Parts: sequence; C-alpha cells; structure tokens
Amino acid sequence: MIRIPCPFCGMRDHSEFTYGGDGSIEYPPLDASKEEWHDAVFLRDNICGVQFETWQHTHGCRMWLVVERDTMTHEILSVRPAHPGLASALANEQEADQ
Amino acid sequence: MTRFSAWNVFWNGLKGQKGWSRQWRDPEPKPHYDIVIVGGGLHGLATAYYLAANHGLKNIAVLEKGWLGGGNAGRNTTIVRSNYARPGNREFYEHSLRLWENLSHELNYNVMFSQRSHVALLHSPGAIDAASRNYNTMRMTGTPDAEIWDLETLKRTIPHLNYAPNARFPIMGAAVQKRAGTARHDAVAWGYARGADQRGVDILQQCEVRGIEREGDSVTALETSRGTIRAGKVAFAVAGSTSRLWNMAGLGKLPIESHKLQAFVSEPLKPLLDQVVVFGVGGGHFYISQSDKGGMVFGGDIDWYKSYAQRGNLPIVQDVSEAAMSILPCLGRVKLLRHWSGLVDMSMDGTHFICKTPLSNLYLNAGWNYGGFKASPASGWYYADLIANDRPHERIRNFDLKRFERGLQIDERGAGPDPKLHG
Repeated sequence: MIRIPCPFCGMRDHSEFTYGGDGSIEYPPLDASKEEWHDAVFLRDNICGVQFETWQHTHGCRMWLVVERDTMTHEILSVRPAHPGLASALANEQEADQ
Repeated sequence: MTRFSAWNVFWNGLKGQKGWSRQWRDPEPKPHYDIVIVGGGLHGLATAYYLAANHGLKNIAVLEKGWLGGGNAGRNTTIVRSNYARPGNREFYEHSLRLWENLSHELNYNVMFSQRSHVALLHSPGAIDAASRNYNTMRMTGTPDAEIWDLETLKRTIPHLNYAPNARFPIMGAAVQKRAGTARHDAVAWGYARGADQRGVDILQQCEVRGIEREGDSVTALETSRGTIRAGKVAFAVAGSTSRLWNMAGLGKLPIESHKLQAFVSEPLKPLLDQVVVFGVGGGHFYISQSDKGGMVFGGDIDWYKSYAQRGNLPIVQDVSEAAMSILPCLGRVKLLRHWSGLVDMSMDGTHFICKTPLSNLYLNAGWNYGGFKASPASGWYYADLIANDRPHERIRNFDLKRFERGLQIDERGAGPDPKLHG
C-alpha cells in the first residue's frame, strides 16, 4: 500500500485517492493549433522514474494534489496542493501555526 | 528436432523418455541479422515464426532480456475471444481466433486451446440492449457464434452463479461467444519459439537492449548485454517497456502509458466452472475460468495509477475478491495460491499499434492494453507481414500512431483519451 501525505489530512492510504494522470501536461490556449492540442491530449512521456502526477483525495478532503512519485519504486518524494492559491494559503497557515 | 506425434509419445514412454531433444537452441549472437525483434514474448515469438513460415525469411533474431514466457506471456488470464464490435478490431480479433483454432496443428505443439465459451453476464435491460447491438454486429461481420442467453438458459448451463433476486446487481442474462475459451499460455510461447527456431530464427535470451544506434532516420545497431548487434530491420514488441525503448531511439512521446494488471490463481479445485465467466457492472470488473490443473484463474481492473513495478497492490486484491464473492459465493472458503502483476501498455483509445515509425527500418508493435494474449497469433501474423513487405496490410492500416491526428479513435469502451480508463 502506498501512503500519501495529504497536506490537508495527513498520511493516508492510497486507496483513498483517485489517480488523475501526468501532472506535467499543460493544455494549450483554446485557439492553439490542432497539432498542439493533439500532443497535449494524446502524447505522454511515460516516465520510468520520478514524475509529477495529479491525485485527488476522493475519500478525504476531495482536494487535487500534485504528487512527485517514482513510478518504479512507488516512493513519494513530495506532495503539494494542485491549486497554486491553496498551496500559498496552506503555507501561510502553517507559518501562522508556528 | 523431434516431431511430436502419438507414436513418438508412445515410443518414448517405452524408452524411459530418453529420446527427446532440446526444444530450441541457445545460440551465441551473430554480429548481424537482417531482422532483429526486440522482445521474446508471445508477440515477438509469433512475429519471428510468421516471418519465417509465411514469408520464408531467414537470418532473424529475437532478443529477450529475461527468459521466454517470463513477462506478460506468463502473467495473464489466458482468455481468448473475438467479441469486438468496432471496425478494424472485429476482423483482426476474429482472424486471431481462427489462427488459435488451428494453432496446435500449425505448431505441432499442444497449446491446449479449449473453446469452452466466454459468458459475459448482463445485469440490466440497457446492458442487454448494448450487448445485443455488439453481438449482432459480430454476427453480421463474420463471427457466427455470438449469442444472447436469457436467464433460463444461463441457469441451466451454469447453475451455481449467484442468481439471488436481491443481489446488488441481479443477473438477467448473458452475452456468449461459444468459440472463445482459454489456452495454455506457456505452451504458446514455447510452441512459437520451437517453430521459429526450427526455421532458423536465433532466440537470444538474457539479452537486454541497452542502447540504439541511429544513422539519420534509420537504426543501424542495437547495443545489448551480449554485445552489439547490427540489424537490417528492427521490430519492437516489448509490451509495458515500449516508451523506454522509444526513448532510447530518441523518438520522444507516445500515446501510451505503462500500467500494471494483476492476475490471480486459487488452490486447485475439482471441476467447478466449464466456461470463462465475466462480470462487469457498476465499476466492478471480474473474469474467471478454471485451469486444467483445477486452479481458479481470475483477474479484474488494472491498479488505478501508472506504474513500472511488476507487483500488484492490495486494494485490487480486495476489489477482485469482492467481485468473486458477488457472482460465485461458493468460492468464499477457497485459498488464494498466488497473484502476480504484469506491465501493460495502456493506449489512449484502448486499441493497439502495429505500424511503421518515424525511422525507416524500425517497426512498432505496442499498446495491447488488456488484449495482448488473445491477439498474439494475429499480431505476429500482421506484424510479420508489415516487416516483410514494408507496408501495412489493409486490415491494420488504422493501427498506426497517426490515427489520433486523423481524428480516429478505435475506442471499444467509449472511455475517451485516458489510458487508465481502458481496463
């Protein structure tokens, strides 16, 4: 069982999470060319090793997270909220706590 | 090489089984081959066999980094069927099934192909309608054995499923393909290996590709753990490791993600189930058959995230066990003997690739999702045809990497461009 340290809920089993996919993908603007959209929608690096990917804590806080994980060893290297605003809000909160 | 026959088996029985020879050679790599196939699984071995048998080509090598049958060839649930309804898929898998029907004779090797029926349970009027549409399509397009069974027929044939009317998903009928069934997976690998070896193919085990040498838009040589091997044509058939080889060739991204799929076998039981039974409703997915040794062989969905680890996770063990209990409650006390996990290329539309590549003498066979085992004879057949003639056969012209650019997805499940959803 992989355990994911959710920044909002703490350490949880990965069975509480839904997998999103490759977190490195950035969708092009709506008026971008067909080729750009093709590449973003259909092509993947499919890294064997460390990659950024999105997970949702479906059976917890329901937040989307960006998880840095090794796809061979399943080691989790870092977790942060996917929404940049939430990430900074969380950082401020933790600072205030200390 | 001894040809297997009833007489040979009888004669060797009298002679203390001393008359058998090695099934295939263990040659040293030659410095150059006309065709090098990377991957000694079912698809690679079948390709080598058909290159030699159908096209009369010699000077072929199959490189396998481990041992024959050690990858997905030995990590599947051995189900063979052709109940596909999308154009392209249905003709391809039906051709594969027809090759399966004659495979033991073709290879002079008993692959124990058992056409015991594939019974997909249906749990709602909507599911019956959808299955009827697909199975009628099959009947109209050359697969004559597609049937829809009502509940009475199903109960008569398989009396011990959970028919409780208050089940979470009560069984209402089944979509059945009678010529479908199972085969002995190891025997298929060994049979193709033996057949290819007999026709002069070098099968090089413990030979891992570590680098790919290019000159302009062609591959010149492969650096392997057993030395550099120059090649006229190079053909990939490496299932879950396709992206890694693709990167070695400097070719960038693919419409593929590597995921892992688990399979399970129970302790051996007396004869319990004569068919392949499939359950798929409400997010559950489960398929089960009984091996000739008596073990219940079953599986479910992929582990739900990308991975290159050939080991399965425990939530799926629980998920699959729950599905087993919901349709075959009599399995409740049966012990699980072992479970294992294989790497699968999950493609963006759930359909495979047998195609040319941006490099002039490199060919690709990949993206088999769940369908690899049953597809292996036709996959080898068409891949050999592609490599020998350097042009795709009419039947596989849409199994190329460019189909998404043309707006064509062969999406049997209608799940959309997300690899993890095509399980």
